[in-house]
Amino acid sequence: MPGRPITGLTAEIPGPKRAQLVPSPDVIISFMKKAMRPLLVIGSDAPGLATRDGNLIDSSIRLLKSGKVTVIATGHIVSEFRKRGAEGVYSMQLMNLGDRLRDAKWGGLDGKGPYDLVVFAGFPYYLEWLVLSGLKNFAPELRTISLDNTYQPNAEWSVGMMVEEEWKDFMGKLVGSTEVDG
Amino acid sequence: MKIDEYSSSIGKFKGLEIEIGKILPEDWDEPMGPTPWPSVGTLRNWDRKLLNRYKPFYMPVCDLCCLCTFGRCDLTGDKKGACGLNMAAQQSRIVLIAACIGASTHAAHARHMLNHLIDEYGRDVSLETTLNTKIEAPNIRLICGIKPKTLKDLQDVLDYVESQIVQLVAATHTGQEGDNIDFESKAFHAGMLDHIALEVADISQVAALGFPKGEPESGFTDVGYGSIDPSKPVIMCIGHNVLPSVDIIDYLMNNNLFGQVEVGGLCCTSHDMSRYNKMAKIVGPISWQLRFIRAGIPDLIVVDEQCIRTDVVQEAKAIGVPVLATSEKSCLGLMDRTNDSPERVIDDLSTGKIEGALIFDPRRVGEVAVKTAMNIHQKRKGQKGINISIEKLASKCRACKACTQACPNSLPIVEAMAAAKNGDESSLAALYDLCVGCARCESACPEDLPVISMITKANEKNTILEKYPIRIGRGAIQDVEIREVGSPIVFGEIPGVIAMVGCANYPAGGGDVAKIAEEFLKRRFIVVASGCSAMNIAMTRDEDGQNLYQKYPGNFDAGCLVNVGSCVANAHISGAAIKIANIFAKRPLRGNYEEIADYIHNRVGAVGVAWGAMSQKAASIAAGCWRLGIPVVVGPQGSKYRRMLLGRKENEEDWKVFNARDGKEVYIGPAPEHLFYAAETMEEAVVMIAKLAMRPNDTNKGRSVKLSHYIDLHQKYYRTMPDDLHLYVRRVQDIPFTMRDEVTKVLQEKGWVEDKIASPDPTLLERMVRRRE
Repeated sequence: MPGRPITGLTAEIPGPKRAQLVPSPDVIISFMKKAMRPLLVIGSDAPGLATRDGNLIDSSIRLLKSGKVTVIATGHIVSEFRKRGAEGVYSMQLMNLGDRLRDAKWGGLDGKGPYDLVVFAGFPYYLEWLVLSGLKNFAPELRTISLDNTYQPNAEWSVGMMVEEEWKDFMGKLVGSTEVDG
Repeated sequence: MKIDEYSSSIGKFKGLEIEIGKILPEDWDEPMGPTPWPSVGTLRNWDRKLLNRYKPFYMPVCDLCCLCTFGRCDLTGDKKGACGLNMAAQQSRIVLIAACIGASTHAAHARHMLNHLIDEYGRDVSLETTLNTKIEAPNIRLICGIKPKTLKDLQDVLDYVESQIVQLVAATHTGQEGDNIDFESKAFHAGMLDHIALEVADISQVAALGFPKGEPESGFTDVGYGSIDPSKPVIMCIGHNVLPSVDIIDYLMNNNLFGQVEVGGLCCTSHDMSRYNKMAKIVGPISWQLRFIRAGIPDLIVVDEQCIRTDVVQEAKAIGVPVLATSEKSCLGLMDRTNDSPERVIDDLSTGKIEGALIFDPRRVGEVAVKTAMNIHQKRKGQKGINISIEKLASKCRACKACTQACPNSLPIVEAMAAAKNGDESSLAALYDLCVGCARCESACPEDLPVISMITKANEKNTILEKYPIRIGRGAIQDVEIREVGSPIVFGEIPGVIAMVGCANYPAGGGDVAKIAEEFLKRRFIVVASGCSAMNIAMTRDEDGQNLYQKYPGNFDAGCLVNVGSCVANAHISGAAIKIANIFAKRPLRGNYEEIADYIHNRVGAVGVAWGAMSQKAASIAAGCWRLGIPVVVGPQGSKYRRMLLGRKENEEDWKVFNARDGKEVYIGPAPEHLFYAAETMEEAVVMIAKLAMRPNDTNKGRSVKLSHYIDLHQKYYRTMPDDLHLYVRRVQDIPFTMRDEVTKVLQEKGWVEDKIASPDPTLLERMVRRRE
């Protein structure tokens, strides 16, 4: 891992097991392809996070339409998808979701079994940090990725600290590649 | 008593020693229940019933344990520490430690209060603390099994609390408790003790100091910056223990100085000051401490205990005012001047010879505080306000974002600085309502920019006008009120009791607390408030300029807003739930914890909401609610308590109770779904609160009313119908009439079957079954 990644909040010092930095969107694409049951979790900060598509909700809708990943909105943020007429997005509160993701027997949102890859984006930093900590410690088999542009040490893979424009490019490539590969 | 030799019909005794401890007056004819003075393990079985349904979800804040010299130990994943402890047990151990800190703090507060009041007013002060009320101390009666009559009876109660807390802290030592669920049970015990301590602290001060005795309309005072006239000498009291403030108020009254000197408070002390004398002002919640000091408004700062900024002496020094510390728990490095003559202390403080002083005897604070504030005010005349150039300071900003990275809410400080650099202060001013006032941004800034001062200065024009009416903390709920609302609450026709409590660590400002409260007031829930939340509820006005206290009456009734008072008055909220079980349902109270908690959990639709919970005290207050089976919702920052207690609504086996009528085990649906839950957004919280108010005992009419609120709020905030209605509609009569078509459609999609969910006489306690079929 190059250098020492900077966390999104200065005092959030990670434990001995820390996330690896995602070197390029291709790595995430590759993980998504290999995963049997990938899940994208979109948090309440998403409407305020600008992307090349508008904001993170708009980019998530493109990912949803690619059919490569199940999308779930936490908080009350499914309303943002509804406003845009997007169908097929699930809604579950973050604590309820975290609690179920650590349960290997959980049947998933559609009853077809547990997820093997969970990608988080659009959360208050500390909230994502804590839920990822719960999963790191109590769901060690689950592969977790943080797409947010701040280093999330408790994920297995984290995009890490990126300036806004760099992150927009990163997300643009990720979303675009998903569609091309489709 | 020693007897060398004694003969009786049962035998001959030699060297007989008989010791009589304490004889408690026996004028309560209710028979003693099964669990008076419960020890750490007494209620373990009850706790495990709850914890079996609401399983802990741990989110470790730290993967290590560093509490002994074996360590540090890495506990990540399935690793164990050198003592054998795993991660789940370590997290629950930290939860227990937090609950013990909270309970100890309230117990220490209560002990200081009680000892002082007994010294001053005697042991025989009667505990007639609430009008039209016989159950004056529901927590104490329930848990200890005694009926306290005077202050002296409360000494035994505190002896019990203190002895139990010692046992709990001992359980956290290396090589003691090893099971996470047992740690959790102990945390519940700490919470239960906490509510006793709260009750002791509040009823003793109500009894001796003449606070309002449960009057719904207890009068109004002002809250906010604008309530203080800075042209007068200003004494600012910070903390939770009102005793030093009482002496200040008495001195002002006795010397006809109240109109000439302003006395205001921050945090819960201010609630209790206003309960003592309506002329005392409430400046604001805990997060305003630094702003108010930096604004240079106080001429003297008096701190008592809890939630005070530990750097208050340095902050006060920076504006040229001294500090009086008054608690052994918070000496702040100051010299003890308790026994010096007031004149010498006043002179030393007024001339700047000392930066502050310790005065442990509350009755020696008043004269020193008032005279010092008057002298300092004379010296400082014209120096109030923040004298900085925002533009000049902002131009030093390097835009390194260290401030945003240090900010608990990641506020966009850099962007606001960039605008301020060009003369636009509006972005900095906009941060004022969102900032929790912790000043971590300042510690992080490589240029040492006084960010809090800059934000406060930028918003100065608005803040000096902030003045809102707030209903004074009334204390307990009267027995007669409980009689009126007991039935509609238990049957669900009053859709719930929402308790808005706790600190001011809000994710997006205090305005959300008022929004949550109003959402439920409009829907005719009973809303009860205390502490910083009660203050923030006052600080939002509608377009007609009215706040919620002006719009909603202070009765404990549907569509009413009750301010019980300070943190310690939270005992009256749990007390109201206990009284519903006892007064309305006639369930025996005395030493009968499990039965009452079982009743509350299954029948009383109460939900605690601590939107800005920050402290260990908030943790122990919540733990006291958990043991009573009352769910608690916290804001996103509350996730840092690192453990949720979550139900799994899809697991039918988890949601079974005994039907007390026939002994059969029946499925009742996930009500209430969770016991401790952190919401990500205010909107999510509102919907979850409405759902958590459902109880298995709801009548068809009651369930219909509750479902209508849940569905309506879900549609408002999620823009969808809830997907779990099939778990809450028991039969067709439960469906809200105006929503029949939409709900029926959802139920059909889910394959709902009528009467799959039972409507029993619900109990988790097998011994409560009256008859077996």
